[in-house]
Amino acid sequence: MRLDVEGVSVDAGTVRLVEDITLRVDSGAFVGLVGPNGSGKSTLLRCVYRALRPAEGAVRLDDVDVHGMEPRAAARVLAALPQESSAEFDFTVAEVVAMGRLPHRERTAAGDRNICAAAMERTGVTHLADRGFLALSGGEKQRVLIARALAQQPRVLVLDEPTNHLDIAHQLDVLSLVRSSGLTALAALHDLNLAAAHCDLLYVIARGRVVASGPPHDVLQPGLLAEVFGVRAHPVHHPETGAVQLLFDLLPTPSR
Amino acid sequence: MRRIPVPPVAVGLVLLLFLSLLCGVGLGASGVGWGQVFRFLWAGVSGGTIRADDLASYTIVWELRLPRVVLAAVVGAGLAAVGVAVQAMVRNALADPFVLGISSGAAVGANAVILLGAFAGLGVWALSVSAFVSALAAMLLVYAVARSAAHGLTPLRLILTGTALAYGFEAVTTVMVFGAARGEAARSAMMWLLGSLGGATWAQVPIAGVTVLAGWAWLARRAESLNALAMGDETAAALGVQPARLRRELFLVTAAVTGTVVAVSGAIGFVGLMVPHVVRMLVGADHRRVLVVAPLAGAVLLVWADVLSRLLLAPAELPVGVITAVVGVPAFLLLMRRGGYAFGGR
Repeated sequence: MRLDVEGVSVDAGTVRLVEDITLRVDSGAFVGLVGPNGSGKSTLLRCVYRALRPAEGAVRLDDVDVHGMEPRAAARVLAALPQESSAEFDFTVAEVVAMGRLPHRERTAAGDRNICAAAMERTGVTHLADRGFLALSGGEKQRVLIARALAQQPRVLVLDEPTNHLDIAHQLDVLSLVRSSGLTALAALHDLNLAAAHCDLLYVIARGRVVASGPPHDVLQPGLLAEVFGVRAHPVHHPETGAVQLLFDLLPTPSR
Repeated sequence: MRRIPVPPVAVGLVLLLFLSLLCGVGLGASGVGWGQVFRFLWAGVSGGTIRADDLASYTIVWELRLPRVVLAAVVGAGLAAVGVAVQAMVRNALADPFVLGISSGAAVGANAVILLGAFAGLGVWALSVSAFVSALAAMLLVYAVARSAAHGLTPLRLILTGTALAYGFEAVTTVMVFGAARGEAARSAMMWLLGSLGGATWAQVPIAGVTVLAGWAWLARRAESLNALAMGDETAAALGVQPARLRRELFLVTAAVTGTVVAVSGAIGFVGLMVPHVVRMLVGADHRRVLVVAPLAGAVLLVWADVLSRLLLAPAELPVGVITAVVGVPAFLLLMRRGGYAFGGR
């Protein structure tokens, strides 16, 4: 399923957080959003998974406006991993995964159980089923939330910084889980090397606008990174794989 | 995590509730024997006859004790169900039905009747009507102040607004109590603030019963949405639940149930805070289970709390809120210290 964001603008009070963003995620593609803190990535993603309504523009799934859809119908095709994972209530892992079945109609208890079991199997959290969600490590939590998203049986997955607070092995693990799901995916990511390695396309967002887009290594050029992130980037080749990696340091402060 | 399966717990609680209702009718300060109690109950149900010299005892059982224990069960179930709902609505484990300022608002209306003789034209209904109307007025005020155009009803704004306005309502009540000339009136105002089922009549049972049952059924149907809401507004939105709308509906339903319950029994504390937690310790946090078990547990708890409030200082009566606190606090602390239950993950 194709995801189109068309001319979306978002206001909070009188402040415009997102200005006329257009982007496209082709069916089965993994597209990354990168940009500095406060650039509007999360705000844009909230519009996509319907936690926010855009002031202008539309979010379309195969040409259908998600904000015109019945909420549960939209949740049956589009799942999300929002950044918040705080919970005041100690649900078990199995209960958290089962929440993914909420938007579906005509369910049976047995059918739900099988779908949830399969989702937990795929993300390797079956052994955690009876554990409390709040007591899990960051990496385990993300796997559980991905299992919940898979239990939702969506066609499109939206992820807001899914690798935050994870160690490097778990970062790679989470992104390859998303990749292997085969779903159309749109993710906000902070680590540029990780984004470059896993995404088909990148959109760079700064001050609420798209400032560059394209295949990762065309986009992540030192000039752009200096302008958007305020860092100096040095592309180097990985000694074994030969893949381009970026090393960073702060831009020298202009002499007074 | 060990969890007790729900069906046996629910069946056990229903049986326990039935037994508790019987005990509640049988136990009392006036010394009506158990044999008589059963005979009167049977006579009342089957339309049988009683002897003329039994009439006083029959009236105690059928017109005083029975509506009282039934109302205790209804109020307990309502407070527990609303407690579960409010905690999910404001996503805060410390919330209870009274955190939204509704009971303090109702207290203003009730005390205006008790102390100032307001709404005297409504006769015996003055207290309930005034409490309910002022509960709704308090609710509208909290709603209007807490709501913002940009964010709707957010959990934190609801709690802060409810708490702040509750202090204001309590100040008004205190002024009325201190200003009242009659000592006995101040005592009944106090009774009402701590909660009491002493004024229970059959006339109150259908209204309270229907409201609590309807509220319970409404909540139980939305158990899964409450789970999603408890995880966060964004998660809820991504699962197809509209958090702002659900919270608005929850606000209305919990306010109606709280207002009704408070109108017939005053502000009985602790049931709405403690029962949801104890039930979550036993059956887990999933609202599909909690909303089955918590109202039953609340009903049983309040029936016994009311029995104790009648017996401990008989023939004088303690406010039932004192009993729920005296019995509830140690039980709650014990369960909490036993561990295995994460309070908000900390």
